Amino acid sequence: MTTRIEDVWAALENLADPEIPVISLRELGILRDVRSGPDGLEVVITPTYSGCPAMGQIEDDVRSTLENSGISARVVTRLAPAWTTDWMTEAGKEKLRAYGIAPPHRTPAAGNVVHFIGKPAPAANVPCPHCGSSHTVVSSHFGSTACKALYKCLDCQEPFDYFKPY
Amino acid sequence: MSAAIDYLLHLADNALVLGQRNAEWCGHGPILEEDIALANVSLDLIGQARLLYQLVAALKGGNTTEDRLAYFRDTHEFRNYTLLELPHHGPLSGYAHASLDYATTIVRNFLYSALMALLWEALQKSANADLAAIAAKSLKEVSYHLRYSRDWLVRLGDGTDESHARAQAALDHLLPYTQEFWAACPAEAAAVAAGVAVDLQTLRADWDGIVDAALAEATLRRPEIGGYVPEGKTGVHSEHLGFLLAEMQSLARAHPNGNW
Repeated sequence: MTTRIEDVWAALENLADPEIPVISLRELGILRDVRSGPDGLEVVITPTYSGCPAMGQIEDDVRSTLENSGISARVVTRLAPAWTTDWMTEAGKEKLRAYGIAPPHRTPAAGNVVHFIGKPAPAANVPCPHCGSSHTVVSSHFGSTACKALYKCLDCQEPFDYFKPY
Repeated sequence: MSAAIDYLLHLADNALVLGQRNAEWCGHGPILEEDIALANVSLDLIGQARLLYQLVAALKGGNTTEDRLAYFRDTHEFRNYTLLELPHHGPLSGYAHASLDYATTIVRNFLYSALMALLWEALQKSANADLAAIAAKSLKEVSYHLRYSRDWLVRLGDGTDESHARAQAALDHLLPYTQEFWAACPAEAAAVAAGVAVDLQTLRADWDGIVDAALAEATLRRPEIGGYVPEGKTGVHSEHLGFLLAEMQSLARAHPNGNW
């Protein structure tokens, strides 16, 4: 019996991100494609931040999930096009919010870097994932993982993570 | 091919050496948020270095690996800018109170990030498709590094008398080292000719614009610079790189082929 491409997608459907276990790799946009290559099936993943320590774990998780499902497929890493938070599904963003992480805004339309730096950081309205208030401030550009910034809600006073647009 | 390798090593060494330097703040940050921020910047930089070393290893073939390139080359084989290997303080007089001066760290990251934001943007059109892919990723990361370091530059410069004086001292100390960005270098010229690299002279006006705008907002004065032009990118380094490498490489060299 041969493994079909749909079987591979099904096996990986619920495979969660190791750092943020409420969201799946597919919802995050890391799991890009399942295709048949010259040597059989290939699962294509695209890494997030260059230094994200979870990427090695993610590759291992994909491999062992396939193995446990009795599927033989190669894991291929593809850099281009670069991963973007715009690939995150709406359902995935909703799960982040429910987990207490403000989901990313859409990345700004491509402009040049001088323009990006020249204008002040947009006062992006990042609603508090706890109380919904948009009365929030950034407390640090970098948070507990590479992909997040630290915010604070001025109404409910809770600190929270914001998944940065990338 | 060789032009591409030399240029990729230059980019990789820049990222690794600054990543290692910034990581020296890990556990010593002035506040928890800053400790975490610099660790994150370091992770991005070391991640970029790994992608570039992996690419060099693939081009060189044989038994070259990313670890061999990072841990088993010596000072004169490193091609990073001298700016990035300097310690976190200026000459030990004046406003340098201790071995870790935050203004020095911030100014260095600002000057370098401003260059790399422009360079990664331009390198997305490199004739080397793998480098173009790394550039597209790195651009997203350096945009945050630049915004972060620029914000702090303005806060320090336009802050208290003490923070202003220390930011100005750091700028006076570090800006002369940026002369190396624009200095001619045969390896870089060969990579530009091959379409792999970008001629930095084409980015100089934009870099000046970013720096001048930030300094104006930070109420800092841009010092006149001149004199010695560093040559780290050709392998001629300051005395500081050897100490940095000794610390970074000692474990790998004590246990070659070790796994952890």
